Amino acid sequence: MTTMSAILRHPAVERMRGLLFGSRAHRGWVFTAVLYALLIAIGFVYLQPLLFMFVTSIKSPDDLLNPMVQWVPTTLYLGNYERSLRVLDYGNTLLSSIALSVTPSLLQTAVAAVIGYGLARYRFRGKSIIFLLLLATFVIPPQNTVIPQMLRYRDIGLLGDPLAIILPAVLGQGYRSAIFILIFYQSFISLPKVLEESARLDGANDLRIFLSVALPSAIPAMIVSFIFSVVWYWNETFLTSIYLEGGVTTLPMQLSRFTQAYENLYPPGVVNIFERLNEAVKMAGTFLNILPLLVMYFVLQRWFVESVEMTGITGE
Amino acid sequence: MNKRASLRPEITLRAREALTGWGFILIWVIGFALFTAIPLFETLRYSFNQVSVTATNIQLNFVNFANYSRALFTDPTFVELLIGYMIETLVSVPIVIIFAMIIALFLNQKFRFKGLFRVIFFLPIVITSGPVIRELTAQGAASAPGIANIPAVVDFLQELPRALRGPIEYLLTSFILILWFSGVQILIYLSSLQKVDRSVYEAAAIDGASAWEIFWKIVLPALSTATLINAIYTIVTLSHFSENRVIRYIYEQTYDVQGGIGYASALAFLYFGVMVILLIIVFLFLFRWVRRATR
Repeated sequence: MTTMSAILRHPAVERMRGLLFGSRAHRGWVFTAVLYALLIAIGFVYLQPLLFMFVTSIKSPDDLLNPMVQWVPTTLYLGNYERSLRVLDYGNTLLSSIALSVTPSLLQTAVAAVIGYGLARYRFRGKSIIFLLLLATFVIPPQNTVIPQMLRYRDIGLLGDPLAIILPAVLGQGYRSAIFILIFYQSFISLPKVLEESARLDGANDLRIFLSVALPSAIPAMIVSFIFSVVWYWNETFLTSIYLEGGVTTLPMQLSRFTQAYENLYPPGVVNIFERLNEAVKMAGTFLNILPLLVMYFVLQRWFVESVEMTGITGE
Repeated sequence: MNKRASLRPEITLRAREALTGWGFILIWVIGFALFTAIPLFETLRYSFNQVSVTATNIQLNFVNFANYSRALFTDPTFVELLIGYMIETLVSVPIVIIFAMIIALFLNQKFRFKGLFRVIFFLPIVITSGPVIRELTAQGAASAPGIANIPAVVDFLQELPRALRGPIEYLLTSFILILWFSGVQILIYLSSLQKVDRSVYEAAAIDGASAWEIFWKIVLPALSTATLINAIYTIVTLSHFSENRVIRYIYEQTYDVQGGIGYASALAFLYFGVMVILLIIVFLFLFRWVRRATR
């Protein structure tokens, strides 16, 4: 017994234990190993659908039918992409998707900044009601407002026009506008008032103060709002498919009618078996759909993570 | 007017401030009226009418609560979908919350390749859209790999009472999907964690608190507000998701000969009501804890 505890208390053993299970200075190898194992496992769960999508998209029709081929296709087959590009009408839909996500995002960000500033800097009656209604715009499901709006657009001839998407964004009612207004509110309220007050003493008016003093310090909030707006507008299909019916077609809209569009281009009775619609083609189409966002994400990923931390969206 | 202004400058100053404030948010007030309040009210009106839309105008035929009673008492699909939605949401919210919290706690540690893991964990924010998810689920890429098809699991599920089987089957088939809805929540937790002063942890550790105790006594209370925000955010995003079966049903009914706009509007309001009830339940459940923790 005593020899056992003497061994346990030996400095070398203590150091060993510190290395394995952690001490004040070091996290410990066991903990580190568990951490990495979990991170890798979860990372795999996240990446698996993407990998599956990509691997399936480069499978030739032979590989698809071959049960031996799971994760490594025998050849790199690009035919699926060729046909998906045609079916998706990629050039046109890509351009309209970019236009229809970047334009409302820019406007939405600008308007959210103005509204957030008004809420953060001025005292007025009824502000709590405004906050409540702001939350309501976030919570109310789109299908509770979409039909009258669609009918109104039809009456004034805006159905199918990009303005149908842009107009709500200009008036602070864009897709998830409430979140961006709150981000700007949070960012302005945590800003010290000193600079603005000294600008006021110098005779600057409210608009001037907002534009030249407050706004430059809200750049992280602007970047966060813009990036998330673009992503959310890009991925939004419910409202766009209703408002743009018969007009502009975005990439996700075209993806959601992929089967139909494919069979128009490659009628099932006419084309040979290798050109029939299969899951490889569908996955190629899906991958082409998210590719622009993936590129944007990998270019801007630092901003994604860090500016959210900078803006501190959770508040107090 | 001028006289009063010079007599009581305090009030005019405040009035000026209020006016400028309203000036800044005026654009939102107009937008709210045009794009939220009026359409919402119109939809409510439709829900009490039989609506027929012709090429030029809209005809309303008042039917009182007929649309609502049909949805609740004669439409078997809708009620079933609604119950399914409630169960799925109540199952998903705690999973998303706990999962997001664990990932955020991991990412708050210092370790190598942290940047790489962050990139992976925020990926779903970028790619979660209706059509993409639909294609992925159709190809079976969104379920926990193969678990739901293992014979032992199938047998086990057969043994369970019906009320339990539903949620568990949902869990097994949509596990990855649920995890994919955690991206923004991880971000919110991370930004909350970053606000905790590191010296608080050190002080606690010097006082002899174990990592376990530090988590329950310091970290968790610090995350209480973020948890409330995340719970609400999760419910709203899950409920608004365009692949949500209730939403798809409402959409189908809008263009259905049997249903029509009036009926779909009634469904939309019933769905909204259930969603608000869920929000209230979760809010009340968490609010007391948040108040205690932030005091």
